[in-house]
Amino acid sequence: MRPLVARATRRLIAGFARAVTGVSADWRGCRPEPRHRVYFANHASHGDFVLIWTVLPPELRRVTRPVAAAEIWDGPGIGGFIGRQVFRAVPIDRKGVDRLNAAMAAMSAALDEGASLILFPEGTRNTGDEPLLPLRSGLFHLAMAFPQIDFVPVWIDNISRVMPKGEFLPIPLLCSVTFGEPLAIDRAEERNAFLDRARDALLALKPEDRIA
Amino acid sequence: MTWIVDLLAAQHPAVWLFLGVGAILVVATAIGRELARRAGDEPSPTIDNLNQRIAAWWVMVAVIGLAFLFGLGGVILLFAFASFGALREFVTLTPTRRGDHWALASVFFLGIPAQYWLVWDQWYGLYSIFLPVYGFLFLPVVAALRGDTTHFLRRVAFLQWGMMICIFFPSHVPALLTLDIPGYEGKGLLLIAFLVIVVQGSDVLQYVFGKLFGRRKLAPSLSPSKTWEGLVGGVATATLLGAALWWITPFSPLAAAGMALVICALGFFGGIVMSAIKRDRGVKDWGRMVRGHGGMLDRLDSVIFAAPVYFHLTRYWYSP
Repeated sequence: MRPLVARATRRLIAGFARAVTGVSADWRGCRPEPRHRVYFANHASHGDFVLIWTVLPPELRRVTRPVAAAEIWDGPGIGGFIGRQVFRAVPIDRKGVDRLNAAMAAMSAALDEGASLILFPEGTRNTGDEPLLPLRSGLFHLAMAFPQIDFVPVWIDNISRVMPKGEFLPIPLLCSVTFGEPLAIDRAEERNAFLDRARDALLALKPEDRIA
Repeated sequence: MTWIVDLLAAQHPAVWLFLGVGAILVVATAIGRELARRAGDEPSPTIDNLNQRIAAWWVMVAVIGLAFLFGLGGVILLFAFASFGALREFVTLTPTRRGDHWALASVFFLGIPAQYWLVWDQWYGLYSIFLPVYGFLFLPVVAALRGDTTHFLRRVAFLQWGMMICIFFPSHVPALLTLDIPGYEGKGLLLIAFLVIVVQGSDVLQYVFGKLFGRRKLAPSLSPSKTWEGLVGGVATATLLGAALWWITPFSPLAAAGMALVICALGFFGGIVMSAIKRDRGVKDWGRMVRGHGGMLDRLDSVIFAAPVYFHLTRYWYSP
């Protein structure tokens, strides 16, 4: 019963995301191939991983899991159901003492099992005027641990206008998801140099600003 | 299949129109395939785009045909969804701020249903002024109440434009069905068919004449592909096409030609105005909803300008 409900919910959420945002994919730097990947994206709303997931072809969806905050997507209730059953999220504890190691262990385990990941390296939703918050170091550690995996930068555009912070009614606006060229990983690279490069790769995909 | 036989037996002119359009699409599809075959290993973007456009036309004709089967309700639903798609494209490309949220929500979730409900209710006295008067006044009030004054006039003006262009004007197409024309009862769908065939025919014929004979650019800063040869050839042939379709309208052949000319002219103006907005916003197409054509607004731009004028001319001269 549960898998059936989960599958129906998955379809429903993807259908709703398409109906509201008409979301389109722009595979600018790579093809939608079933390669072992970490998609890292800017984060402006709760709808972000849904949008990425919606534009992936079915065979990629099956192996791609979002990395999501445990307090929302692994708790009791509807958030937990959607996180665990519907999207098979990799839960990350953002409060614990040893949170970096715990997060690395969870993500590494998922990658070792062959899953691809959707990751938001800003660590939290960006609701301010800056296009991108500073990237957390988790992305760097993951890249150093898995240099053979494609780290694909992904820019999600317009979702912050669909659902501004503090509003409950979404405005139907067209959203787009742009996939860039995978980052080249050099294991000798410094942390900050790598994170700067990742940040530039994300911002390079950002379309022109349309906020007044 | 019996309903098809019944329809054919009823000899409703709409059936012949759709068969005629279908035949034209079959020919167009064959020509497109042949061009692609001759191009062989050297794929040409123009031919690819032509074939995408033809494929999209099959879908659009099928959707319009389906809406026609359901009469006024079907056409209203079709254009309400078209308004939704168009408004989404328009607002996506216009600058908004967080303070516009409630104004935006009211255009989408109150403006569209209210306008099309009023058309469904055939309440001419209200649907013809609801958005231009009440909507126009309501939007700046909602925006002002949020207290954000940055670029206030610009933001409100964009939204008012979107409301008129994407909801008010397209809603005049289903409104054609509510006109009472003596001796033309129950044939309102054909008024819509006339508008759609002439306006889209004019677009297609301008495209064809432009590709075949186009030399002198008409407005390079607005639309690099528009030429004088395309405009004159397309409008002249589409006007003749309209005159040849006089038998489906309440117009005389001469009046049908006049109507068709007005429709073509406004369709052309609609195209260049919407192009000017696109250039201003720095895009080539409004969206990607219709493959090969661009967005909903790219296909609707000429209808938007032609529909209200065609509606009022028909109403003034033919509806007592």
